[in-house]
Amino acid sequence: MTDTAPAAVITVHNLIKQFGRFAALRGVTAEFAGGKMFAILGDNGAGKTTLLRTLAGLNRPTSGEVRVLGARDLREVSARVGYMAHPSLLYDEMNGMENLRYFAQLYGIADRDRCTEAIRAVGLSPALVRPVGQYSQGMKQRMSLARALLNDPQILLLDEPFSNVDLKSAHDIVRLLAELRDQGKTLFVVTHQASLLEGVADEFVWMEQGKITDRTRMFATGAGQQELRELQR
Amino acid sequence: MSAPGGITRATLAKDLRMEWRSKDAVNSMLFFSLLVVVVFSFSFDPSSEESRQIAGGLIWVAFLFAAVVALNQTWAREIRNQVLDAYRVSPAPATSLFAAKVLGNFIFVSVLEALMTPLFIVFYRLRSLGPIWQLLIVAVLGTWALVVNGTFFAAMSLRTRSREIMLPLLLFPISIPAMLAMVQATTAILNGEGARFWIVLIATYDLVFTSVCLLLFETILNAE
Repeated sequence: MTDTAPAAVITVHNLIKQFGRFAALRGVTAEFAGGKMFAILGDNGAGKTTLLRTLAGLNRPTSGEVRVLGARDLREVSARVGYMAHPSLLYDEMNGMENLRYFAQLYGIADRDRCTEAIRAVGLSPALVRPVGQYSQGMKQRMSLARALLNDPQILLLDEPFSNVDLKSAHDIVRLLAELRDQGKTLFVVTHQASLLEGVADEFVWMEQGKITDRTRMFATGAGQQELRELQR
Repeated sequence: MSAPGGITRATLAKDLRMEWRSKDAVNSMLFFSLLVVVVFSFSFDPSSEESRQIAGGLIWVAFLFAAVVALNQTWAREIRNQVLDAYRVSPAPATSLFAAKVLGNFIFVSVLEALMTPLFIVFYRLRSLGPIWQLLIVAVLGTWALVVNGTFFAAMSLRTRSREIMLPLLLFPISIPAMLAMVQATTAILNGEGARFWIVLIATYDLVFTSVCLLLFETILNAE
């Protein structure tokens, strides 16, 4: 009989990350299968963002091993990974399209339509001429997501994509993320609003004091579904 | 991934566009240099002969201090909204970013020099006894020396708490050999003396520090 379980796209072994004397990650070991959406949950300071930044290659592990798409050198696979941080990672002085065109060039994307597609995918208009600095927080979040989607990444690392976003926009983003997962992409979503991903995320990964303490398939408060029903009404 | 040259061009074009819109760096540099020219001119009121002796030092010190303003500004844009992280997670090489920043700063400081030089000539009644083309060579090599180190050390002090103070503290001592050569070369040319040794010294300094900065920049960019 063949094993049909999806192969791990990310493996982390005994990952430790220290900032001076403070250990943000204290021996994280885990495997994450491809084509799934993982919601990373935990209190402030639990190590969620540090884990995400380490997977993105922004933080170097103090010790332990990280493999993304089989590579230990994360720069080798950086073109196949998308990263959205809590700040927008966009230039306030330029408009959304100018920002995306610049970042597209960093990935060697010559097709200008790709920027238009990414902006439309997050529900914004490519014709927006205002500089990003004048966008609302929700628009910034969406444009930031568009930047992360620009290179059509196989793995998406999203840090707080729903923060400062109104409920309707948050549900729009959730729907988009679910579509991306259904297309076979692997998503890691760090969030404090787990209820939004109820029934959507494949796994809820709980972190506490720099460690993964639990992995569950359900987040059953019902709050997310209730919010959605209220919105639809 | 685009070719490194293409990424350098894209980053340079982006920086020039942002500076054209905000004019933050150029305006600050111009204002500062203008103050130096006017204040020193009224303080000393030098004769034409005295001007030739002090102009080299005065011009380069003014440009060095003014350049620091632009150098801090270049990287300040990259840490607002942590945009630098977007570059770091991309497959684009670090050297392309560095090259674009150096070229951008070179253009900004060159614009400043082009605008300020006529004022220096008028206020200090300067008339060069040596060939002007040699002054142009010194200007190009000297400006490169300032911006290549300045861009590197500005990136190095990026994550420090008081980076505006850190940059001059790091940059000025390392720039002493180049500054000495720039001042000596300028003074020698203005007085109609030979400046070959000093020009070669600046060129060598540029070559060494450009190579070292290019080699080390990736480490600086990814430092935590």
